Amino acid sequence: MSFKEALATQDFVITCEVAPPKGVDMKHVLEEAELLRGKVAGINVTDLQAAAMRVSSVATCSLLKQMGLEPILQMVCRDRNRLALQSDLLSAYVLGIRNVLCLTGDHTTLGDHPDAKPVFDLDSVSLLRAGQGLIKGKDLAGNDLDSVPTDLFLGAIVTPCADPLEPQIYKLHNKIEAGARFIQTQAVYDTGAFEKFMQRIPEVKTPILAGIVLLKSAGMARYMNANVAGVFVPDPLIKEMAEAGKKDKDAKERGEKASHVVRTSINIAARLIRDLKPLCHGVHLMPLGWGHHVPAVLEAAEL
Amino acid sequence: MIASEPKPLDEILRQLENDQQVFVVACDGCSAGCKVSDPEHTEQMVKELREAGKTIAGLARVEMVCNAGLTALMLMQHLAAVNQADGILVVSCGVGIQTVAAAVEKPVHPATNSTYLGGFAGLWRSDPRCAECGDCMLDFTGGICPYTACSKGLLYGSCGGPNKGKCEVDPAVPCGWVRIYERLASLGKADRLKAIPPLRNHRHMLPAGARRQTSLWALELFEPEASEGESKAT
Repeated sequence: MSFKEALATQDFVITCEVAPPKGVDMKHVLEEAELLRGKVAGINVTDLQAAAMRVSSVATCSLLKQMGLEPILQMVCRDRNRLALQSDLLSAYVLGIRNVLCLTGDHTTLGDHPDAKPVFDLDSVSLLRAGQGLIKGKDLAGNDLDSVPTDLFLGAIVTPCADPLEPQIYKLHNKIEAGARFIQTQAVYDTGAFEKFMQRIPEVKTPILAGIVLLKSAGMARYMNANVAGVFVPDPLIKEMAEAGKKDKDAKERGEKASHVVRTSINIAARLIRDLKPLCHGVHLMPLGWGHHVPAVLEAAEL
Repeated sequence: MIASEPKPLDEILRQLENDQQVFVVACDGCSAGCKVSDPEHTEQMVKELREAGKTIAGLARVEMVCNAGLTALMLMQHLAAVNQADGILVVSCGVGIQTVAAAVEKPVHPATNSTYLGGFAGLWRSDPRCAECGDCMLDFTGGICPYTACSKGLLYGSCGGPNKGKCEVDPAVPCGWVRIYERLASLGKADRLKAIPPLRNHRHMLPAGARRQTSLWALELFEPEASEGESKAT
C-alpha cells in the first residue's frame, strides 16, 4: 500500500526516518529500513541532515524502492537552486519515488561544511509550489512539461511547540495552500502543548503526524531544551531518564548488563505515541541512530 | 552609494490600497542622485498620487534618510502630519526605507527598487541593510527586509530554525521573520503573511555588463525605461 493510500484508509499512520551514511557502505541504513518492513506506512530518508555531506536522499530512496519499501524523499532548499530542485523531483519520480517532504533545511553554518554557500533560492513553500506546478504539467517558469509526474505526493513540516507559534501557523497555512498533502512535525514531548497547537488549527484537514525523537539520555534532553528550536522536554521525562542513567551506571559497576536507559527511552516513546493517538493522524519516528529499537517502541505502544 | 529606480506607479498604488492619507519621505542623498527622489521627480510622483485620488498628508525631505537621527528629527518636525497619515511612502534606498520603518509605528511603503551598490569610498552601509535586490518587498514585510534580516534570505516566512525568537545561525541575532511577524502584528497587519509573494527574480541582481563596469551608471547612464530590455539581454 502506498503512503498516500495509508493516510486515506488508516486511522493512525506510522512513519519512521532513516539516515544515509557518510560513505558508500549502505548495509546499515538498508538493514534499518528492512526492520521497518510491514510496520510503517512510509520511510523518510533525510537529505544531508544537519547540513552534513553524505549519500543523497534520492539514491537511498531509490534503493528502498527496489527493496519494495515505501520511501518518503526529504528535500531541503539549502543545496540546490530551483533548476536542480525541480530536476531532482522529476528524477526521483522516474526512479519510482512518489512521496516528497519539502523542507527549507538547516543553514550551512550548522553543518560540517560551514564555509559552503547556502542556496535557499526556494524555501519550503516555494518548493511545494514547484512540485504542485509539476503535477499540473508546468515548471516554475511556466514552461510545459512533455510528460507529467501526476502522482507526486507532497508534504511539509511544522514545529508545533515553537515560541512564538504564530509565524509557524501562518507558514503552515501557506504550505498547505502551496500543495502540502501531509504534515510531519518537529519532536513532541509535551502532549499538552501539542493538543493546544491542534486546537489552534481546527480548520486544517491535512493529516498531521506528530514527531517522536527517542531520548537517549537526560543530557540529550537538556541539550535539546537549550539548543533545539521548538523542542521542549518536560522535567518529569528528564528525571526518568536521569534515574535510568544512574541505575545503568550502578549496574555497570556491578558488572551487570545495563539496559535501563534503553528501556526507559522505549517506554517514554510508547507512552507519547499512545497519548498522541487521539490528537492526530499518526506519528513520525526519528530514532537518530537508534533505529534498531523502533520495533520495540511500536510493540510497547500496542498499536 | 546605493542606486535605485522608481517602482511603477500602479505598484505604489497597490501598496497604498488601504492608505488614503500618505506622508512622503524623500531622500536628498543617493536616490536623489539617481534622479528618483530629487525634488523634481518627487513632485512628479506626488502629483500622480494626487491624480490617483490620494491625499498627501505631508512631505519631508531628509538629507540622508539612512541617517536614523536625522530622519527621526525630521519626522518629529512633521509629527502632526505623520500621525494623521495612514501610511508612509519612502522615496529612498532600502536602507532608508527600513530606517523610517524602525522610527515610526506606521505602515511603510517603498517607492523604489534598490538595484546596485556603487562605490563611494569610505561610506559604509548602515544597519539595517539593503541587498539591492531590485525588487523591494518592504511593503509586504512591514519595513524589515527579509533578504538581509533572515540568515537564509527566505521570502515566505520563518523556517523551523528560530529558537525562542533567535536565529539558528547565531543565537545573538533575532529571527528576521519573527521580527517581521511582530512588526506586522503591532500594526494589526499580521494576516498579510497569509499571502504568498511571487518568487524572487534574480535577474534584477545581475546588472548588465556595461553597468558593472562603472559605479556612475546610475547617475549618468541609467534610463528607467531601458531597464526591462537590458535585464532581458543579460
